[in-house]
Amino acid sequence: MITFDRFTLSNGLRVLVHTDVSTPMAVVNVLYDVGARDEDPDQTGFAHLFEHLMFGGSLHIPDYDEPLQLAGGENNAYTTNDLTNYYIQLPADNLETAFWLESDRMLSLAFSQKSLAVQQKVVCEEFKEHYLNKPYGDVWSHMRSLAYQVHPYRWMTIGRELAHIEQARLQQVKDFFFKHYTPCNAILVVAGNVHVAQVRALAEKWFGPIPSGTRYQRKLPVEPTQTAPRYKMIQAPVPLDLLCKTWHMTDRLGASYHATDLLTDMLGGSASSRLHQQLVKEQKLFVHIDCYHFGSSDPGLVAIEGKLVEGVSMEKAEQALQEQLNAFKSQPPSEQELEKVKNKTESAIAFEDMSVMSRASSLAYYELLGDAAWMNEELGKYAAVTTAQVAAVSNELFRPENQNTLYYYANPSA
Amino acid sequence: MIDRKKMPPIVDAVHYQLELKPYAHHQLDNGVEVYMIDAGAEDVLQIEWLYKAGNSYETQNLIAATTNYLLRAGTTTHTAYELDEKIDYVGAYVNRGCYNEQAGITLHCLNKHIDVLLPLIREVLTESVFPEHELLLYQQNMKQRLSVNLRKSDYVAGRLIDAYLFGEEHPYGKYSSPSSFDSLTREALLAFYDRYYKRGHFQLFVAGKIPVDLLEKLNRYFGDLPIDVPSLPTYLLQPVEQKKYSIQNDPAGVQGAIRIARPFPNRHHPDFLPALVLNTVFGGFFGSRLMSNIREEKGYTYGIHSYLLNLQQTSAWMISTEAGKDVCEATIREIYAEMNRLCNEPIAEEELNLVRNYMMGGLLGDLDGPFQLIARWKNLILNGLPPAHFHRTIDTIRNVDAQQLQVLAQRYFNPADFYELVVV
Repeated sequence: MITFDRFTLSNGLRVLVHTDVSTPMAVVNVLYDVGARDEDPDQTGFAHLFEHLMFGGSLHIPDYDEPLQLAGGENNAYTTNDLTNYYIQLPADNLETAFWLESDRMLSLAFSQKSLAVQQKVVCEEFKEHYLNKPYGDVWSHMRSLAYQVHPYRWMTIGRELAHIEQARLQQVKDFFFKHYTPCNAILVVAGNVHVAQVRALAEKWFGPIPSGTRYQRKLPVEPTQTAPRYKMIQAPVPLDLLCKTWHMTDRLGASYHATDLLTDMLGGSASSRLHQQLVKEQKLFVHIDCYHFGSSDPGLVAIEGKLVEGVSMEKAEQALQEQLNAFKSQPPSEQELEKVKNKTESAIAFEDMSVMSRASSLAYYELLGDAAWMNEELGKYAAVTTAQVAAVSNELFRPENQNTLYYYANPSA
Repeated sequence: MIDRKKMPPIVDAVHYQLELKPYAHHQLDNGVEVYMIDAGAEDVLQIEWLYKAGNSYETQNLIAATTNYLLRAGTTTHTAYELDEKIDYVGAYVNRGCYNEQAGITLHCLNKHIDVLLPLIREVLTESVFPEHELLLYQQNMKQRLSVNLRKSDYVAGRLIDAYLFGEEHPYGKYSSPSSFDSLTREALLAFYDRYYKRGHFQLFVAGKIPVDLLEKLNRYFGDLPIDVPSLPTYLLQPVEQKKYSIQNDPAGVQGAIRIARPFPNRHHPDFLPALVLNTVFGGFFGSRLMSNIREEKGYTYGIHSYLLNLQQTSAWMISTEAGKDVCEATIREIYAEMNRLCNEPIAEEELNLVRNYMMGGLLGDLDGPFQLIARWKNLILNGLPPAHFHRTIDTIRNVDAQQLQVLAQRYFNPADFYELVVV
């Protein structure tokens, strides 16, 4: 049970406080309700590029990192297709330093041309390091654009191409900031060795005076229901063939979300899971095979992806996978199998909750979804899932017309 | 109106009185040492069985790592699948790890499942059978994984730089090849298992919210195992002569993996602790000289880091980055320029003070939680360092001065001593 207090400043900033006096540290987590899904299709990768610019100096503070390091703190940030999250960990004695830094960059950035120019290069190198210079680095770029036709999940957080990042202009940076980086579009979580009254006073002092901004109304195109299977074939100079399939699933708040999550754990993700056991160990068709889902705010994807053992044909591997899915659809999992993935989930949550930082970002995320208190209801929701629900989800999910397949062929001369 | 230009007052982290929470020390009936940290709010446990069974003990490449990996591949009473199923059923994690001197397994679980798990772990450590078909599958899949990894320039660079520094015959420098996987036999694994696990030597590192009867249970399941300490073979360091390398690995590559490294003594050397501070200034954190210049000023890379390798017998000082193909040369030039600057100019007091505070704040954060605490103790114990080493570390962070660091830079930042490798 994660306890917290919650209040809202008059400018609309939502503040959550989670006290844990067993640590000497404090965590300050600021979540902004903007991600890659909010980007213009011709300017993808912008939300993430922008995250880098948040470290390039703010209105009154030329350097973000130095004062924080001086206060014994560390920070980082990440951007997803749904949100952007910034976090600081520092000795609790120096909590106010984090308020000073975070509030100034919520007030306004310095908008330095030089910072933009350098971070464009840095992000291009990040793009190359993770997606261009790695074998199979472009699998998800292909799969996203196959599975989504209109929804902005059709591009990766890093962006669709280097050119989009290179083309960003300072005026666009300013517009993006004042549209999304405002108190009414943000959630502040303060956790660790802190107290509510102290946090309230600091929040009023540093964040209170920032103009509220306008609440961003998200109007994203809704992905139409897929009505026929889709296929794509790629040749690349990689050593092994890869098969990747996805199916459209519910959104994060959908009624079948927890059953879907448990279903992916039955199929993949552990040594005793079905696909690993059958296709890697028994039939020896795949070097590895994984099953997971995106858990995104808008309707996401369940994915199965694996590299084929050299010499195994794509057709044979695909057919064997299909047989596994057919078997899963035709017979509900046993109570024991369901119990196993529930136990695994319980254990994963317990380990995750050990870190104050992780508790803080979870609180922010559930608050973004609608209510931080839902964090404490998750275990109960998993416990309530039945084998019949898992069977129903698998039959709904693994329909041929809901399926996208990427055949990624190894070809030394491609 | 608040003055937003003015930084709020801070408590200098450098003044913190940091203490490393002591462990409880016990011995099982067979003399096995148990180190325990009882802390944390969640009902979880981490238990590590750490054997003298690392790469250094093998006489054939990959035997130690493969024996360790296949510990879950079946016992006299359970198949691999049955073991996996039992472990997964209670949501536990049983991870294997093979390092240079040590190898073993680590259990993470909810306390309520410990009674199911301890007998299983005992079984794995005493009755593994290494079935032929599991070995064959492992060989096949590992060779294929290797073929994928060899397409990654950073993976290739990581292997080669270690081989240059220590020699390909040294445990710190040797690496795998398809033929080394082919040469593995079940008999060799069984022999290694028999000597280094069944009749070997292990230590137990335990952390979490410790149940009162845990020690008694550990003694019940592991206190009767035979212990016979193997002696650590000595290896000659055989660094290669040639210092500069440029390797073409992927004709379509858009980045180069850069590794620049020199030998450095281990943690017992008096220069080691001051070098940790110098390294932090140089390339050890986001505000470091390398990061500020090469990422934040020039945008040549997504990240650049320097570090001292965490090795027990001897170490090395390493600089590692991935940079755009066309700026690799410029990146290397800047790395040496930053070394040169540390040799020629004392570090300004302001910068040094920031680094001291940053390191102390990081240390405070690192001591947070049972798993972090036991990790720090383990590092001291495995390196044969006394508890006072922790305080010496803090003393050094607080007191090492700019002049000492400059002398240290002059001693170690001589470009001629460094291996230099670019893999594109």
